[in-house]
Amino acid sequence: MATSAQDGTQDAVNVRKAVHQFGYRRSADQDARNIVRRPVVVVGAGPVGLAAAIDLGQRGVAVVLIDDADRIGEGSRGICWSKRTLEICDRLGVGEKLVAQGVTWKLGKVFSGDDLVFAFDLLPEEGHKMPAFINLQQYYLEKALCDRVAEIDAIDLRWKNKLSGIEPHNDHVRLTIDTPDGPYALEASWLIAADGARSTARDLLGLTFSGVTFEDKFLIADIKMAADFPTERRFWFDPSFHAGQSALMHRQPDNVWRIDLQLGPEADVVEEQKPERVTARLKRMLGDLAFTIEWISIYRFNCRRLDRFVHGRVVFVGDAAHQVSPFGARGANSGIQDAENLAWKLAAVIKGEAGASLIDTYERERIQAADENIAHSTRSTDFIAPHSPAERALRNAVLALAPKVDFARRMINSGRLSVATVYDTPLSTPDESAFGGGAKLGAPLPDAPVRKRDGDDSHLLQEIAGEFTLLYVKNGALPELPDGIRTACIGEDVIDTTGALAQRLDATPGAAYLLRPDQHLAARWRHVDAAKVAAARNRAMGRAG
Amino acid sequence: MTKLITQLQFVDPDAAYVTLVEARRGLSVEAAAELDTKLVLLLANHIGDIDVLREAIALAKGG
Repeated sequence: MATSAQDGTQDAVNVRKAVHQFGYRRSADQDARNIVRRPVVVVGAGPVGLAAAIDLGQRGVAVVLIDDADRIGEGSRGICWSKRTLEICDRLGVGEKLVAQGVTWKLGKVFSGDDLVFAFDLLPEEGHKMPAFINLQQYYLEKALCDRVAEIDAIDLRWKNKLSGIEPHNDHVRLTIDTPDGPYALEASWLIAADGARSTARDLLGLTFSGVTFEDKFLIADIKMAADFPTERRFWFDPSFHAGQSALMHRQPDNVWRIDLQLGPEADVVEEQKPERVTARLKRMLGDLAFTIEWISIYRFNCRRLDRFVHGRVVFVGDAAHQVSPFGARGANSGIQDAENLAWKLAAVIKGEAGASLIDTYERERIQAADENIAHSTRSTDFIAPHSPAERALRNAVLALAPKVDFARRMINSGRLSVATVYDTPLSTPDESAFGGGAKLGAPLPDAPVRKRDGDDSHLLQEIAGEFTLLYVKNGALPELPDGIRTACIGEDVIDTTGALAQRLDATPGAAYLLRPDQHLAARWRHVDAAKVAAARNRAMGRAG
Repeated sequence: MTKLITQLQFVDPDAAYVTLVEARRGLSVEAAAELDTKLVLLLANHIGDIDVLREAIALAKGG
């Protein structure tokens, strides 16, 4: 698998056993007399590449998805999947499956020494279909996405197809792909590079990937044990079981627990991976509890991104485009959000509904997100792993004051957890009236419980998924709308059973909300008017209007 | 009666913390202590309230 949430600069080689084995199959493209041109090739069948392929496939775009491996490897790697990621996965057809399989959590606890100093609740509000977070081994998520790929005829998934050459042209790229049968050439109108932190596509194009590498080394271990610790994120600064360093613990399904131990910059990578050494560290933490080690890795992490995500007909997504430290679960989650941002835009361009300049807004919106993630991740890392004794003294002063004063507790930063970015984007139509409630222009619409016309209970986001939708509160007849905009009437199509919808959207009679295909709010009005809706939709498609 | 405000006053506490960290980046412990002392004087004068100052000292000293 090419993409990995936890994939920093790994100092160790893990020989991963296969969790699921797939087979190489020869494609007809390898025997074609002339080089075949495909609309979209995605390289990298990790969470991000799989999500991009499914989203495009669901939109009827033919996709070739290639991966250099032929298996899903063991090792949990990314484990924390955020609410927004789950909402996207729900639209991709696997959300409910993931939530059923995963461990749902929303509480975080931070300890200084052995004392609890701070606790947070990531979703204090009711009425959302998806929880704040689930923990689930990355291989389960990849398996669920692979199973979904198999249901979509538009996706051609080719294992053991390794990208080895890219020749850029004005309206396509020519690829060289190595297989067990030897190399073949393939053309793609668009190439989506989802091939992870060590992206081959990035190297082939000679792009620099610059930023900050942090010196501290961390041990991550997935262990199996029967323990009844509560289902919450636990983070320690300087606990007695691991003095002078930080520790993090997360619950996963199957009695697997993620332990993350800071080792400092001087740690010896070879020594620290010896099982007896790891076991001794874990015993200091867990006491007499019996456990077995499933997977270990030692890593340093990077905060960096490409200067541009779009290079002609090659578009970078996920870790291939940007990397952050794992504190905050901003790696794979942001990658899946890249995929969703790109998919509807690329589908519109390929179908001729929008110009190629719409792809530039992918870059603008997702660079904004990447910079946000990098900033949060860097701040968390500055707090968790101070650069010098002088910086450590400040950090320790915050921790020492925390039990006594509120402001210090709020400065404790053990990772600010991933939330969706509010796009500051030319695709949004500025508000002409003031709106209260939680909904923000440029952000995904907040979810709320609704009842459908047929009386079935549902949730708002589920009912506005996938295409441009005008959500409105009835106030007389709705004007004639331009083609390609679905409508949903609050009170008829979606009935606000709890009042949460009206409150979160500040929905008054006549109010209307234009949602992009990725459920982000593009425009809203107190009173709807066909010309305004048409102009806002044109604007959200990157067309002058 | 306490006058010292201990509730968070910054809109973005992470930005406030990082500003303080960046001020001492690259400094030795001694140089950072000198910086801190000047900051204490500047901020104490800015507050300009001897009762607040005494309360803050008591809180900071109390373990």
